[in-house]
Amino acid sequence: MSARVLVGVKRVIDYAVKIRVKPDNTGVVTDGVKHSMNPFCEIAVEEAVKLKEKKLIKEVVAVSCGPQQAQETIRTALAMGADRGIHVEVSGKDYDNLGPLQVSKILAALAKKEETSLIILGKQAIDDDCNQTGQMTAALLDWPQGTFASEVVLEGDKVKVIREIDGGLETVRLKMPAVITADLRLNTPRYATLPNIMKAKKKKIDVVKPGELGVDLTSHLEVLRVDEPPQRQAGMKVETVEELISRLKEAGRM
Amino acid sequence: ERVVAHLMLKGSSKLEDVMKKFAQERIAPLVSKMDENSAMDEAVIKDLFDQGLMGIEIDPQYGGTGASFFSSILVIEELAKVDPSVAVLCDIQNTLINTLFVKLGTEAQKECYLPRLSTEMVGSFCLSEAESGSDAFSLKTRAEKHKDYYIINGSKMWISNAEYAGVFLVMANVDPSAGYRGITCFIVDRDTEGLHIGRKENKLGLRASSTCPLNFDNVKVPESNILGKAGQGYKYAIGMLNEGRIGIAAQMVGLAQGCFDQTIPYVQQRVQFGKRIFDFQGMQHQISHVATQLEAARLLTYNAARLKEAGKPFIKEACMAKYFAAEVATLTTSKCIEWMGGVGFTKDYPIEKFYRDCKIGTIYEGTTNIQLTTISKFIDQEYNG
Repeated sequence: MSARVLVGVKRVIDYAVKIRVKPDNTGVVTDGVKHSMNPFCEIAVEEAVKLKEKKLIKEVVAVSCGPQQAQETIRTALAMGADRGIHVEVSGKDYDNLGPLQVSKILAALAKKEETSLIILGKQAIDDDCNQTGQMTAALLDWPQGTFASEVVLEGDKVKVIREIDGGLETVRLKMPAVITADLRLNTPRYATLPNIMKAKKKKIDVVKPGELGVDLTSHLEVLRVDEPPQRQAGMKVETVEELISRLKEAGRM
Repeated sequence: ERVVAHLMLKGSSKLEDVMKKFAQERIAPLVSKMDENSAMDEAVIKDLFDQGLMGIEIDPQYGGTGASFFSSILVIEELAKVDPSVAVLCDIQNTLINTLFVKLGTEAQKECYLPRLSTEMVGSFCLSEAESGSDAFSLKTRAEKHKDYYIINGSKMWISNAEYAGVFLVMANVDPSAGYRGITCFIVDRDTEGLHIGRKENKLGLRASSTCPLNFDNVKVPESNILGKAGQGYKYAIGMLNEGRIGIAAQMVGLAQGCFDQTIPYVQQRVQFGKRIFDFQGMQHQISHVATQLEAARLLTYNAARLKEAGKPFIKEACMAKYFAAEVATLTTSKCIEWMGGVGFTKDYPIEKFYRDCKIGTIYEGTTNIQLTTISKFIDQEYNG
C-alpha cells in the first residue's frame, strides 16, 4: 500500500461574492475580492483524506497552480489533512491564460514525477465551469477516468466509481492509476480543526516552475470579451387564455 | 511598550477563515432558538470540542491544541460575531479554567483534568456570591479543614457554564480570620455529594449561556483537590481575571462587529427619498464614527493580548481594552438598531439580540467602574516617578 494521491485545488473567487465585470470587459474584478478553495476541490481533498484515514492510501499531495496566493489554498488542503503541497508557480499573463489544457499538462507531468496512483480533482471550477481538466489529464496520461463521482471504493489495484449521469447512476471499475473527478454528493468536506491548522503550518509546500516540468503554457484560446448576463426582463400578467395565446403569437413564440 | 497588533496577524488569517465558515454553518442557524429557549444546543458544545476550540492553549500531550493565547482571542472574537453566548462559553473554558489548571495544577491534577477539558468537559469558575460581586474577597463560602479533607459550605451566584460544567473551580475561605488570605481554590467535580446547581437565571441577554446559583451543603473535597496553595486563591483569581478581561474584550469586539456586519448591507439596500440611506451624510458620519471606535477597541484588545504573550506588563491595557470594548459594543448595537429602523426593533432580525447581549460586557469579569479604578491606580503609580 504505497499509493500516493494527487489532489488538485484551485483558488477561485468565493462562491458567496457578488461577481462584477471589469469596466473594460476583459474579465471579472478579482482585486480585493474574497477568494477560497473551489468547493468541488474541497470535496476532492476530503475524499483523499478519508482514503488515507482508512489506511487505503499512504500520502495525499495537494497541488495548486497560480501566483503566491495559491499557497493559501494549499494550506487549507493541508489543514484538512493533506500531507504536503506542491505550488506550481504561474503568474502574470501566463496565469491569465491558464486553462484546463495547461493545468492538465502540469498535473500529468507531476503525476509521473510523483509516482501517483490516483488523481482526484473537483469536477469543475466555479469560475470557468470548464469541466475539462480531469478528462484532459486522464487523456494525456492515457489513464482511465471516473468523472462526476458520487462514490469511490478502492478494490485492491482497481477503483470502483459510481458516476452521476443524466440518466441516473453509472458504475465503472477502473484499473489504477486513474483520474477521478468529484461531484457534489461524493462527501461533505470537514472543517479544518484548530489542531490541524496548527499542524498544517509545519507541513511542506514545494515550489516548482512549469518549465522545470517541461510544460509549455502557451494558450490556444483568446478571451475576446466578458459581459454580464442580460438583465432579466419583467414578466407580464394576462387575464385569459385567449390573451395568453395572442401575446405569444405577437412575440413570435407561436 | 507598544506593540503593533494588526501587522502581526499574518498566519492567523487561515484561522479566521475557518472560524467564520464553522461559525456561520454550525452555529448561526441555532442562535435564535438558543436565545429564545435560554439554552445552549449540546451539538454546539460538542462541535466546539471537536474543532479543538476548548483546549486552545493546552499542550497536545494532554490532548489540547497547543496554540497561542492570541489564537484564543481570535477564536473568541469570531465566535462572538455569530453568538456572544457561545463565545463566552469558549472564553471561560480557555482563559479561566484551562489557564488555572495549566499554571497551578500538579502533574496528577493536570493528567486528570486537562485531557477531559480539551475533549469533552466544560469547566466553571465560582467566585461571586449574592453578597460579594465587585467586593469579591469578602466571599463567605467556607471550607473547614479536617484531617486530609475539607467540608465546603456556602453558595455562589452568577456562575456561567454551570448547566454543562463537569468541574467547578470554587473559591472558598479556609480561614476567615485571615481575611482574603484564607481564600483557596478547590477543584469540585459535578457529581460531588452536596453540590446543588440552582435554576438558571432568566436573563436579558447572553441567554444561551447558563448562569446559575450554586449551593454547597457539606461538600466533602479531598486536600489533593486544592489547586495551587491554600490561602493563595485571591492571587490566582486576580491573575486569571486580568487575562480573562482580554477575552471579554475580544467577545465585545466580535459582538459589535457581528452586529455591524449585519446592519451595513441593509443600510446600503434601504432606499428613502430616492437614495440609499447610507448616502445621507448624517448616516455616513455616524457609521464612520462607530467603525472607528470598533477598530480602536480591536486594536486595544490585540495590543493587550500581544503584551501578555510577550510577558510584558499588561494589566492596565487589559482593563482599558475590556472597558472600552464594552462601551463600544453598547454604542454599536444601539446605533445599529436605529440605522435599521423599525425592522431593527423586531426579533425577526438578529440586531436586537446583539443589543441585549452587549450590556453584560460592562458588568461581568470586573464592572466598568472597577476597570476605571484599576486603570487610575496604574496612572497614579506611573506619575509617582
